[in-house]
Amino acid sequence: MSEPPSEALDPRKVGMLAFLVSEAAFFGTLIATFLFFLRPIRSGEPNPRDAFDIPLVLLSTFCLLLSSATIHQAHKSLLRGWRWAFLGWWATTMVLGIIFLGGTALEWSSLIQEKQLTISRNLLGSCYFTLVGFHAAHVSVGVVMLAVVLLLAMRDVVTPQQSLGAELVSWYWHFVDGVWVVVFAVVYVVAR
Amino acid sequence: MATIERESHVESPPWPARVHDWLTTVDHKKLGIMYVALAMGFLIIGGIEALLIRWQLMWPESRIFGQDTPTLFNQLFTLHGTTMVFLVGMPVLIGMANYLVPLMIGARDMAFPRLNALGLWTTLFGGLVLYLSFLTPGGPPAIGWFAYAPLTGHTFARDVGTDLWAMGLLVSGVGTIGAGVNFLATILAMRAPGMTLGKVPFFVWTILWTSVQILLAIPPLTAALIMVVLDRQLGAHFFDAANGGSPYLWQHLFWFFGHPEVYILILPVFGIISEVIPVFSRKVLFGYEFMAAATMGIAFIAMGVWAHHMYCVGLARTVDIYFAAASLLVSIPTGIKMFNWLATMYGGRIRFTAPMLFAIGFLAMFLIGGLTGIMLAVAPVDFQVSDTYFVVGHFHFTLIGGTLFGVFAGIYYWYPKVTGRMLSETLARWQFWLLLVGFLLTFGPMHVSGVLGMPRRIYTYLPDRGWDVWNQISTIGALIQAPSYLIFVWNLMASLRSGPPAGDDPWDAWTLEWATTSPPPPYNFEEVPTVRSRRPLWDFKHPDDPDWKYEG
Repeated sequence: MSEPPSEALDPRKVGMLAFLVSEAAFFGTLIATFLFFLRPIRSGEPNPRDAFDIPLVLLSTFCLLLSSATIHQAHKSLLRGWRWAFLGWWATTMVLGIIFLGGTALEWSSLIQEKQLTISRNLLGSCYFTLVGFHAAHVSVGVVMLAVVLLLAMRDVVTPQQSLGAELVSWYWHFVDGVWVVVFAVVYVVAR
Repeated sequence: MATIERESHVESPPWPARVHDWLTTVDHKKLGIMYVALAMGFLIIGGIEALLIRWQLMWPESRIFGQDTPTLFNQLFTLHGTTMVFLVGMPVLIGMANYLVPLMIGARDMAFPRLNALGLWTTLFGGLVLYLSFLTPGGPPAIGWFAYAPLTGHTFARDVGTDLWAMGLLVSGVGTIGAGVNFLATILAMRAPGMTLGKVPFFVWTILWTSVQILLAIPPLTAALIMVVLDRQLGAHFFDAANGGSPYLWQHLFWFFGHPEVYILILPVFGIISEVIPVFSRKVLFGYEFMAAATMGIAFIAMGVWAHHMYCVGLARTVDIYFAAASLLVSIPTGIKMFNWLATMYGGRIRFTAPMLFAIGFLAMFLIGGLTGIMLAVAPVDFQVSDTYFVVGHFHFTLIGGTLFGVFAGIYYWYPKVTGRMLSETLARWQFWLLLVGFLLTFGPMHVSGVLGMPRRIYTYLPDRGWDVWNQISTIGALIQAPSYLIFVWNLMASLRSGPPAGDDPWDAWTLEWATTSPPPPYNFEEVPTVRSRRPLWDFKHPDDPDWKYEG
């Protein structure tokens, strides 16, 4: 007869997924814009080949990718009830996120002060600062959410039985990481 | 029944307490009512703007505002379009869905009640930001509702009105995305026991797909609006051709939002019509599965047809051919719906009360808008009539003849549930016939003046073009339409006090919202019902002959 009711789905999980779909559409537009302007971006002055400091970006990219692994470990530890392991992995994730933001800050200050690349300089500046800026804003929001969960966890509000908030934050974090992989490929590889 | 008891026994609290209650509520029903009220308020504002536009166009070479007429005219049609799409169309449909979806699926509220309240207030705030432009030195934006670059660039729009336009839409867009998230979570995860996705009321099904479109189409607009603001405020070059930017990019991004947007404005109405026609024909909806698939089909195809708004840009021939073919494809699922509604009515015992009257009006008027849409999808035809009054006539047939007629059908249908009172049938008939006649007179002649070459958005025209008579008929039509809206608002307000009591189920309907009291209690259902078919209330009323015996 009729299937069982839809209790298998948690509205909060569906809500988070739906929100991430809208975020994907948002970043998709910024990325498509970057690709749309690829030719003027390459030929402009300053251009991607000279402007970007690849070793620095690789280092911060490594940190962000690593943070996806650490938040995964944190969530696994939380479900197993390993409180200290959870707190440790979660805090590591936060630190890695902050290092990534520090990398972006260094990159921006060198671009603006040494390469004279600003949002109004040329199309590369417009596209780059908008795309990377919105990504960095999302990482910043992620760091704040990580901090909130960390504080709640230290007060023993985040437990194996009450872990959904932490799980949803980890979804968001993985998503922001995934977006960076595409941004990295487009900005630092394809545009060169 | 509960209403009457409450009125006679409980004194209503003093007005500050009631205002506070409405301002801080997270109840989906109150938020839904406020969404609809907000939309009605902006409908009147947008309507006044439309009347001023029509009055200016009544005679050739007229200047109803004297020296400032050209600028003011540009501002009026910008505000009229923006208001009707973002502050009337979307809020009224989101509001109705807000009220109805939880009731229809047997839930106690939406998944995220506070997000729901945030959506309402950001929508209102976005509208206020837009209308704040009246207080700025340069006045409202004069860029058209699709705000093509370079009109939004600093060179052509030096005043702050354009920034307020972009930021107002950005803010209200965030509220809309919140509503989309909320509907998806509610519909996918909070249905009553037994109500599988194949058994949801059809209105709920259309809201599901509308929400998918909201999530995919509004964020690109948000991103594009951010680019406009960055261009204007920080000197970025996205749409600035002089520095390598591209006005075409704006057109692509805007219509990538803009075309799904018209389906965001019509899919819920397809849902309303699919609820009204069966109940007032006393038959089940014909071909539910095909209707459901057609809704999905429209939602998918609609994401890939945006450039049919851009034929005149001079896209590549293959691109034109693709977009023409894809656009024509939409007519297949839409045609399936039309024929299924007719098949639902065929052989039924039709009751010509107000909801059905407007539903039939919808069928006829939307059909005309759909047919001119097929004409416009063909690139060579569009080359001839693009940006003429033919296009204006076309989309008003879909948005008034389609969306608005459907919304009226829905409000006449569900008002008794929301208030516990029936609306006046006499006033409904006056409204219907004035609206129908006025509407046909306003927008019918626009097809003629468009074919005769009258461009949209010109503030006046010369007398020797042969356009005057068509414009005069249009303006007279608008004057005939105007009182119909006032009658409607009067009907809504007067019936609140003097309408005959409705009871729980005045139309002998079949979906769950009619199983509870009118108005429903804050918790909707005392006991969450168990559902076994697409017409749960029919099953409760006819235990000897339930639907689930026949549904597969």
